[in-house]
Amino acid sequence: MMGLGGTFRTNAPLRFALTGAKMRVTLDDTVLAWNRTHTMQAGQILTIGAVENGSYGYLTPAAPIACDSWLASQSTHLLAGIGRILETGDAIALGVDSDPGRVDHKITPSDRFSGGTIRMVAGPQTDLFSHQTQTRFYATQFIRSPQANRQGVKLDAADTFAPETPKGLASDFIQTGDIQMTGEGVPYVLLSECQTIGGYPRIGTVIPLDLAKIAQAPIGSRLQFETISLEDADTLCHSDAMLLGAQRRSVTPCIRDPRDIPDLLAYQLISGMISGTEFDED
Amino acid sequence: MDSKAITNTPEIVALGLDSLIIRFSWVPSDQTTRIVQDFQRLLAAAKVFGLRESATALASVIVTFDRFQITRAEMIATLQDLLAIQKAEPINPIALNRIWHIPVAFGGDYGPQLGQAANMAGFTEKSAIENISGADLSVLSIGFAPGQPYIGLLDNAWNIPRQTELTPQVPAGALVVAVRQLVLFANPSVTGWRQIGYTAFRPFDVHRAEPFALALGDGMRFHPVSHAEMAALDQSNQQSK
Repeated sequence: MMGLGGTFRTNAPLRFALTGAKMRVTLDDTVLAWNRTHTMQAGQILTIGAVENGSYGYLTPAAPIACDSWLASQSTHLLAGIGRILETGDAIALGVDSDPGRVDHKITPSDRFSGGTIRMVAGPQTDLFSHQTQTRFYATQFIRSPQANRQGVKLDAADTFAPETPKGLASDFIQTGDIQMTGEGVPYVLLSECQTIGGYPRIGTVIPLDLAKIAQAPIGSRLQFETISLEDADTLCHSDAMLLGAQRRSVTPCIRDPRDIPDLLAYQLISGMISGTEFDED
Repeated sequence: MDSKAITNTPEIVALGLDSLIIRFSWVPSDQTTRIVQDFQRLLAAAKVFGLRESATALASVIVTFDRFQITRAEMIATLQDLLAIQKAEPINPIALNRIWHIPVAFGGDYGPQLGQAANMAGFTEKSAIENISGADLSVLSIGFAPGQPYIGLLDNAWNIPRQTELTPQVPAGALVVAVRQLVLFANPSVTGWRQIGYTAFRPFDVHRAEPFALALGDGMRFHPVSHAEMAALDQSNQQSK
């Protein structure tokens, strides 16, 4: 969900997680907490509004999404024409939740909604930028532009950083995190849906660890780049499997404060009741 | 940039943390295409440990590796050995698979930048169309988006730069030109190349039995058709969906 959520209902009990950029969210009339799991019942209305901080929010059902896959993937890739954007009225079929009774869990993520210093490494085309241009680039404070999608995000600055492009420069491989400079010297940081090959030179690549800070930077937030060595980046950036493992271990059960339970009276809190006069009757 | 950097090829350079680029040249040429394809063949045959993926672009090969299985230094050493092997052997010519004949509507709404591009290359609109439709072209690389071809090489007159600013969107089927090449867009896209024509041919369609129509080395010939003919082709595409 980029910038804005939507209104959702379900025809069966549904366990889900709310993560990423925090958005206003209510289930019927109750405000829900972000960065945790919840359960909604058939007939309830989940309303996710505007983003409060960051750019992309995620609504993730516990049950797998039951849609066709292509090349072993269910992902949408808009640039490639694979899949499509959800539209009002769409129904999403879900499979079976493997643990429907599981107690709600929460996660405390690190901050990636404040912009700040972004670490990058040099790449195959860094030398197409003069030393002077590179120095200016690292000294510049950028503003995250509203012009952004899953392909890339534009960065605004008073200055430009035009490369010295050789005549007839061959288009070359690109990857997620590359900072590509248009001919006039305006930077775009390429994100998960980026092209595989491109012609405009790239000054370097954002390290995977800091990429979420770019993708999630709120419109108007300040960003600055710092170059680090490949060796330092290797040490800092662990494998996806390790990162996911660490996240999984950091998830904790939600201890519920009875005051926060909206439907407290629906629970069977007392089993059996007496009037207090039972023994007086005979 | 100093001139030494641009002549120092082939060279192996890191792209991010888990890829290496073997750059054979900074500019495309027929000879570079042959060397790139030949190296990819050698690489595939070598079955390199820790290699996750490799692919070719116009003047380079990318190697993506599992950096938790093999270090960058080890992978570079392996690639240097392969470069030495390649240097010792003659380069195989690329076999021409087949030739595609593709109708194109040039100029007007179908190619709003034909006049500008032709002018930059020193042609009139008419002679530009004749030059492109008379050229023996082939698919030099597949990339940018799935199945999308880089086609070339055009005459040196077409060594025109990309735009300094991006065109927010060209349609699927757009034929665009820059740096002696044509790209045929598979989907609506942002681009820095100039749109000179349009074709109803789609190089990629996820719903087609064969989603990727083109292959590296395929011959490409473009045939000018009237705008009315193109409108009819587009319509028959819609009807056959």
